[in-house]
Amino acid sequence: MSDVVLDIANLTIGLPPGADRAAAVQGMNLMLRAGEVTCLVGESGSGKSLAARAVLGLLPPRVGVTAGSIMFEGQDLTKATPAQLAKIRGARIGMIFQEPMTALNPLHSIGRQIEEVLSIHTSLDRRARREKVVALLADVHLPEPARIARSFPHQLSGGQRQRAMIAMALALDPKLLIADEPTTALDVTTQAQILHLIHELQRSHGTAVLFITHDFGVVADIADQVAVLQRGVLVEAGPRDAVLNDPQHAYTQALLAAVPRLVVPQRAPTEPGIVMLESIKARKEYRQRSLFGRGRSTVALDAVSVTLRRGETLGLVGESGSGKSTLARAMTRLLTIDSGDIVLDGDEITRIPQRLMRPHRQKIQMIFQDPYASLNPRQRIVDVIAEGPIIHGLPPAEAEARARELLGLVGLDPSAADRYPHEFSGGQRQRIGIARALALRPQVLVADEPVSALDVSVQAQVLALLADIKARLQLSLLFVTHDLRVALQICDRIAVMRHGAIVELADTADIYHSPQHPYTKALFAAVPGAAWLQKEAAHAPP
Amino acid sequence: MRAALKRFARNRMAVLGACVIGVVALLTALSPLLYPAGAFTLAGPPLQPPGMRYLLGTDALGRDVAAGVVAGARTSLLIGLSAALSAVLFGSLIGALAGYYRGATDIVLMRLTEFFQTIPAFLLAMLLVVILSPSVLSVIIAISAVSWPGIARLVRGEFVALGGREFVLASIGLGASGPRIIFRHLLPNCVSAIIAVGSLLVASAILLESGLAFLGLGDPNVMSWGLLISAGRVTLRSAWWVCTFPGIAILLTVLSINLIGDGLNEALNPRLRER
Repeated sequence: MSDVVLDIANLTIGLPPGADRAAAVQGMNLMLRAGEVTCLVGESGSGKSLAARAVLGLLPPRVGVTAGSIMFEGQDLTKATPAQLAKIRGARIGMIFQEPMTALNPLHSIGRQIEEVLSIHTSLDRRARREKVVALLADVHLPEPARIARSFPHQLSGGQRQRAMIAMALALDPKLLIADEPTTALDVTTQAQILHLIHELQRSHGTAVLFITHDFGVVADIADQVAVLQRGVLVEAGPRDAVLNDPQHAYTQALLAAVPRLVVPQRAPTEPGIVMLESIKARKEYRQRSLFGRGRSTVALDAVSVTLRRGETLGLVGESGSGKSTLARAMTRLLTIDSGDIVLDGDEITRIPQRLMRPHRQKIQMIFQDPYASLNPRQRIVDVIAEGPIIHGLPPAEAEARARELLGLVGLDPSAADRYPHEFSGGQRQRIGIARALALRPQVLVADEPVSALDVSVQAQVLALLADIKARLQLSLLFVTHDLRVALQICDRIAVMRHGAIVELADTADIYHSPQHPYTKALFAAVPGAAWLQKEAAHAPP
Repeated sequence: MRAALKRFARNRMAVLGACVIGVVALLTALSPLLYPAGAFTLAGPPLQPPGMRYLLGTDALGRDVAAGVVAGARTSLLIGLSAALSAVLFGSLIGALAGYYRGATDIVLMRLTEFFQTIPAFLLAMLLVVILSPSVLSVIIAISAVSWPGIARLVRGEFVALGGREFVLASIGLGASGPRIIFRHLLPNCVSAIIAVGSLLVASAILLESGLAFLGLGDPNVMSWGLLISAGRVTLRSAWWVCTFPGIAILLTVLSINLIGDGLNEALNPRLRER
């Protein structure tokens, strides 16, 4: 057995009074060995991030370790002074965060920030530090490391920033690397590269990695050991293959069952109905005006033509910046396109003013991505849902009655009506968003990444709800997502978008079995845990 | 809102400020009982030092300084509150229109705001009072005319920040009209910021009013702290009490309102506190 780097014994992290439970983490035991990746898996609120922050001594105010020990290199980190911890952090324990843009100082160049780590913890002179920075950036496979060192965070892409963060975290060859959802904010293809990079560096340096994630696909790709955390309690731990293929605890089984499979489920084919919504050569360009002349321009939509028929679900799949959300908003007239046409149920709505748009709004409704930002925090739930019908002339009493009825339809308790959004979880809020969209009895629903902000188990429930409602109310659904797994579950046809254009559009089964465009193939290859999911699918009963 | 009140109550300095303002308000309410004769009537011999008979002494005309301070409190609170309130209402409206509609509306309204901001506030207020001829109403108008730009810029900023939020898009998607989104969705979400900054405006309005009255630009028929100080200015070396007590009243009131404003700001935006 390789040597133990970090030994967490009976760790309990107390929460301030008034929190939803007494302890964020309760009696956790976990051992990390050199050269191994240990994935700490759990849903949001399970305490996985707090456990990692406890190791670094970075717990938020009024939250503290109340029992247990964290042994690292013969020292108990729970008893270390801030000065001792500061010496360990960065030097002996590296860390990577979810959002590299906020973890990097926007006013300093990448090189300067890595140099700072070196100048704090080593006695290298300036020249040696500079050389080391370039070598480190080359190690994480950044092109032209010298140029990257001179760049500022905003000049790099998300993936490049995360690579720079990794270079910084590994600058001093730490024994332990803590990665808190380092790929969650990245596109799938970038995520696959970053996972590969972490794996490679960790093998060559013999670093122990504590990798926090909510995604079992990522676990399948990177983990040696897996630990599952449920509401602060470690319910299962063991080697990856054992946990993934033969989970013992009911919670682990439920989590694994909720992971969307990379298969096309058996479905009755939908009858192709009349065209409900259509974009004809829609084009949208964003110009950056600069002081001198024209400035740069970005084509968000490049002559996109797509049709949505009655009763079908069309998936728009692509990475961030591919134009999929722009297309969804253009088709709901939340933004105006530069040229081309949008046709809703036979009416051209491309350029009519917002005031005249109102009667058309009833036919097409949108569900938004962020369940926290999409509800007005100062409105009661019943008012949120009833607002649409009231705007369209329904008497308030009737609109309220309809709102209460809809709460039942989306699986919420009627008592939810008089409460405010902050009292609900992400999944419940998304149900409220669906109820609001349904309140106008639309014929077309446009869902912009409706499940990407949710935990896997909640994701599965919301997807099932959407599919059920769509079938029951005979709706047409335009479903925007970055996750091919989700798209396969719910869509009849899938359009793959890249750089503002549709590169491939085909029936779901066809696109799954024989993707034509190289980019579609790359997307399939980058799905986290693709190999494991395929194996799963093969074993699963048909 | 109840949680915010609790956080406010935990802030000792803010509670102290609220107590001082409470006392000032109480004095104002009780002034007809305490000094039924009013502040302008002669109460006794001129320039009597503070003592048992005249609590804060008398001024050069033999008027009771204590009666003047109590009457001035009423003026200061009245003008401070109504000027701040009208500045908040007007500023919010301008900021809301600019922040929601953007484009040409934004440019026109913000240039107008900047125009008012670039002129020194006190000079503009003086000019307005002179044009409108001194009275309580004209002082209120003048003070709110120089105070609204800050609120307008604040509300515009909040609107711009909130405008991209999905719940606004959702309302547009439902077919909501501009005014509905402004008044039902956006303004309620700015209320805490507006209250916090607006409460500080009350303090600056009181200072402006005192300054105007000191220069003789207040309503000549209404007693005010500025007027008292102005009257006592000539006897400052022989009778210190005429200027000092109204001055202390201004200091305490303005300080207390500032403390309350800071407390409100922290209570309504709890994130500021953790930093």
